[in-house]
Amino acid sequence: MSTDVTTQADLFLDSKNLLCPMPIIKLSQGIKKINVGQTILTETTDPGSLYDIQAWARQTGQELVKQEQDGRVFRFLIRRNK
Amino acid sequence: MTDAELEQKVNELVAKRLAEIEIEKTLQEAQRPKRLALVASKGTLDMAYPPLILASTAVSLGWEVGVFFTFYGLDIINKNKLPKLQVAPIGNPAMPAPIPALPSFQVPNFVGVLPGMTPMATAMMKSWFDRANIPPLQDLIDVTREGGGHLYACTTTMGVMGVNESNLIEGVECRGAAAFLEFAAGATVALFI
Repeated sequence: MSTDVTTQADLFLDSKNLLCPMPIIKLSQGIKKINVGQTILTETTDPGSLYDIQAWARQTGQELVKQEQDGRVFRFLIRRNK
Repeated sequence: MTDAELEQKVNELVAKRLAEIEIEKTLQEAQRPKRLALVASKGTLDMAYPPLILASTAVSLGWEVGVFFTFYGLDIINKNKLPKLQVAPIGNPAMPAPIPALPSFQVPNFVGVLPGMTPMATAMMKSWFDRANIPPLQDLIDVTREGGGHLYACTTTMGVMGVNESNLIEGVECRGAAAFLEFAAGATVALFI
């Protein structure tokens, strides 16, 4: 994922240096701010968030389009499905 | 149509309809939101976090949430006590030595009885939370409430401890064990903390 994806996402959530449950709470608040079909890019550093964000997407029916690791930063692109 | 044929036909139709109802029930079950039922029974700073982290996460997953605050756990939703929750080093061998200059020196546990040790341990733990960007307990309560989570105050505890509804934070529902059990009976996950 490159910088254009960052600028293309409809909402950016910086959850770096935040621990559970904050990355999930921010995602859940963020998803309400965008429309169906729009995307969120979020960055985290908590290793637990890797599994938490996948679980959140499954539980809420949202789509985890892409995830990647860049050093200690995890980056997730999520599309609002419903 | 003979009686035997009629009976066979009816049996077939009934079996078919029963199978349909079974499928409908399974589908309804799958669509029902998951539900978390927690009992928060402890009123120390460290033990206030686990129920509130789970509750705020569960509402973020779209789950139904109800937390039953009982005995010292009631302090978590007591607006006078919430900002003053403490953690005590006495009887807690997991608490590390409070002397940063001497990290390997294990302070004997009985030192925890000295005046000022509990506020010191509390301040130390709060500094860990701050350093790790952990939100205050009030923020996790707000997320749970705004997500539709129920905060149940145990009315027995209120009676025993002399706590009035006016002492509790806004939006708390005062309930007994039966009302909570009815909620918990429909829970996907139920935990005692």
